[in-house]
Amino acid sequence: MTDVLDPPVHVEHHDGGHEEHHGPTGILNWLTSTDHKVIGLSYTVTSVIMLVIGGLFAEIIRGQLATPNGTLVSLAQYNELFTMHGSVMIYLFAGPFAFGALANIIVPIQIGAPDMAFPRLNALSYWLYLTGSITMLSGFFTAGGAANFGWVGYAPLSNSLNTPGAGADLWIGGLLLTGFSAIFTGVNLCATIFYLRAPGMTMFRMPIFTWNMLVTAILILLAFPVLTAGLVMLYADRHFGTHIFSVAGGGVPVLWQHIFWFWGHPEVYILALPFFGMVTEVIAVFSRKPVFGYKGMIFATLTIAALSLGVWAHHMFTTGVVLLPFFSIMSLLIAVPTGIKMFNWIGTMWKGQIWFSTAMLMALGFLFTFLIGGLTGIYLASPPLDFFTHDTYFVIAHFHSVVMALVFGGMAGLYYWGPKFTGYLLNEKFGKMQFWLLFIGTQLFTIPLYILGLDGMPRRMAVYPNDPQWKTLNDISTLGAVLIGLSTVLFVINIVVSWKKYPAGDNPWDAQTLEWFTTSPPPHHNFYRLPQIRSERPTWDHNHPNYRSLQHGVHEGVHTLDATEESHV
Amino acid sequence: MKVEAKILLGLGLFFGLMCLVYWNWSLENAGGVMMFAGMLLGFLPGGYYYWWSRRMAPRPEDNPQAAQAESSVVVGAFPGSSIFPFVMGMGAFFVVLALVFGIWLLVPGLGLVVWALLGGTAEGRRSGEH
Amino acid sequence: MPRFGASPGVTDSSKSAFHLWQGFSIAAVIIGVLTVALMLWAVVRYRRKGDQIPEQHQYHLPLEVIYTVVPILIVFGLFAATLVVENKATANPKTSVTIDVNAFQWGWQFLYPGTNALVYGQTTQSPVMVMPVDTNVHFNLTSTDVMHGFYVRAFNFSRYALPGVVNTFTIRAQNTGTYFGQCTQLCGLYHSLMFFRVKIVSAADYAKWIASFNNPAGIAAAAAALKTTTAELASGVASKNTYTKFGR
Repeated sequence: MTDVLDPPVHVEHHDGGHEEHHGPTGILNWLTSTDHKVIGLSYTVTSVIMLVIGGLFAEIIRGQLATPNGTLVSLAQYNELFTMHGSVMIYLFAGPFAFGALANIIVPIQIGAPDMAFPRLNALSYWLYLTGSITMLSGFFTAGGAANFGWVGYAPLSNSLNTPGAGADLWIGGLLLTGFSAIFTGVNLCATIFYLRAPGMTMFRMPIFTWNMLVTAILILLAFPVLTAGLVMLYADRHFGTHIFSVAGGGVPVLWQHIFWFWGHPEVYILALPFFGMVTEVIAVFSRKPVFGYKGMIFATLTIAALSLGVWAHHMFTTGVVLLPFFSIMSLLIAVPTGIKMFNWIGTMWKGQIWFSTAMLMALGFLFTFLIGGLTGIYLASPPLDFFTHDTYFVIAHFHSVVMALVFGGMAGLYYWGPKFTGYLLNEKFGKMQFWLLFIGTQLFTIPLYILGLDGMPRRMAVYPNDPQWKTLNDISTLGAVLIGLSTVLFVINIVVSWKKYPAGDNPWDAQTLEWFTTSPPPHHNFYRLPQIRSERPTWDHNHPNYRSLQHGVHEGVHTLDATEESHV
Repeated sequence: MKVEAKILLGLGLFFGLMCLVYWNWSLENAGGVMMFAGMLLGFLPGGYYYWWSRRMAPRPEDNPQAAQAESSVVVGAFPGSSIFPFVMGMGAFFVVLALVFGIWLLVPGLGLVVWALLGGTAEGRRSGEH
Repeated sequence: MPRFGASPGVTDSSKSAFHLWQGFSIAAVIIGVLTVALMLWAVVRYRRKGDQIPEQHQYHLPLEVIYTVVPILIVFGLFAATLVVENKATANPKTSVTIDVNAFQWGWQFLYPGTNALVYGQTTQSPVMVMPVDTNVHFNLTSTDVMHGFYVRAFNFSRYALPGVVNTFTIRAQNTGTYFGQCTQLCGLYHSLMFFRVKIVSAADYAKWIASFNNPAGIAAAAAALKTTTAELASGVASKNTYTKFGR
């Protein structure tokens, strides 16, 4: 009944009708491949390089802040540093890693598809991302330096009067390219998930990671065009003599903020939801339980996405020109579905058999760090509290808690799925060392920043007043940042020492979802054959037919397929 | 396709309600327009999927009792390799650089883009054969 | 009750914001401790003890409903408390003193309409904005170039200075003293150095200070009126240690 059936699923493909990959090799293969696994791997490598570049900027920033009147960099260079640190991390690392790297590799094999719906569009997305990254970073090689107006590029500071020079235009150009990259990926993910699922894989049998990627893709389609439009307007103001954002011509500077943040807030959920999905999968597998509250998770994800489109002006509470109560209640409400997810993750672990692999440790690191970041975000949803925390280190601490949590999630994803797409496991001892460095480093880095912010230290400051307590807190934070950097070095070392050493096999983790049914790495077009799909855990059902998911109150017994059939939409 | 339709329609409806409340309460036009556009973006594909879901034959992936062999149809063209994404990407790169370094870069930029559009379309019409 | 990192500040709205902070913090601590306790319990109690597959529970509808509804109620409670404090902070009572604050790259100008008082300074000159205690002071805040942020920790308050827009707010200080202010919205090269100070004095001293601007002797008289040094008033590096830090 849960046996694999022959003949295999017949998929027409037109590269000559071969199962094995023929065609170009070497660099020409890389330039012309439309295979989602190759593209996904390219995204992974490029985005991790961006992580390292952004991280280097961060270490320089912390070096400058090691002393109150630091002279490591000049005031002008400092403005470039934090602008490019934020820009590289958000636009060039976190986004592409979230929706271009693992999603590209994993979503098709999680739903039993041979590739993404539009393989050539997928490849184009990668090339736009790569060239966009080069464009943005090449600002450093221009006479005026890279963009220096903050990763948010507020008008009027970002206009041609205040920021002349090619660096700013390269920033805009880079974002135009990466923006279209993201939009095309959003189209591809939606189409793939809507149209290429395997037989029996109904919508409510998709893994949570795929669900999260679907919602992410929809958010991308709703949000990124708005950013693109805003960037075009900014470029026009800078070069075509328009006055959209400048007072002198009858424009409205704060309009930039509305447009930017209408994209900007969904963007942070575009970044977060994929990592939520990764962590959900990892926790379930390493607790040997199904995802707790599967439908509740999906409902929570959809709610988060919907609400996230209506909260943008909580970044603008101190402008004095936005409707405070509307954005306050909408922002506070996001805590509810996020809390549902948190409790569902705990519920997944509850009464499980938890195995502390590196992936699971990283997922636990995510849970703890995200809890702190999420709780501190609730303060920021209250305008009177935002009035004295906005633009201080409290906000920086909040979002760094959240993004460091996403880094934990990404590491969990890499350790968990890395063996699937490379065929080899990573060394667990190095992994655990990396985890502890990352965890201790993250808390040491972020917690002093909360205190500094509440004590009155504003953000984007190259120098700060000569207060011994402030210096101490900054130094602890710097130490944390150094540990985070070391953990990244350890990660790279792990990849090197584990290179092709520990073959993984099809399913090293006794995992549950469909991608673990195929080989590691998957063959060309992903599956030689598919199992029967009767739940969101087809591989688990195939391997453990007596351990189907239970409703509350139903206890273990030997179940046949029909008796425990849950009705799915 | 019903679930897919409902997700998008639901999103459109949510946007519509938010827009109604927000625009009337704040009288702030940028947010109002963006929310209204979001509502349309949800209703357009959602409406299409809903209309189509009532007319289409049930698909194997919507059938909870489907057998694996049911999907023995051509699911799409999956070309193994194509130079045109790279060409298009390079074209877009040069077009953007033209925004920064001068209009003359539009020559290689648009040239590559047009080559990719024509070549890619022709390649697609051949179902991915080279 | 612990401060949870924030401080009461010196105005009536700063103090109510501080109490709101404490309230939010208590909720955050309770929720945080509860959640961490659940995580730690799960991690310790349910560690793998062999290869046995555990019971495959996937739903518990009553529990899921509880942890959906209870947070919604908490959120509405936090929102209600927010509204009360927010209405106070954004209220517009009758005011008897007006200060026009103009932010520019990279300093501050404080004008006192209806008087001859004018204070102006750039970066580390850290101009001093004098205001009377126990008085509703109306602020008109704007910028002459890019966006700046008017931030005074002792007020638990910040507001953007927008070009082309005049932001208005009212502050009622309840304690005298000198407090630190800074620009918090990135505004270009010297953003890190755009300091100012707020000196809150008695109504009598304030009146004397205002009147001193009618006197050609100018700054020296103003300084004498405030019993401070000319050096502190007209220039000086903005070192936190120089000023009274409320609440520490």
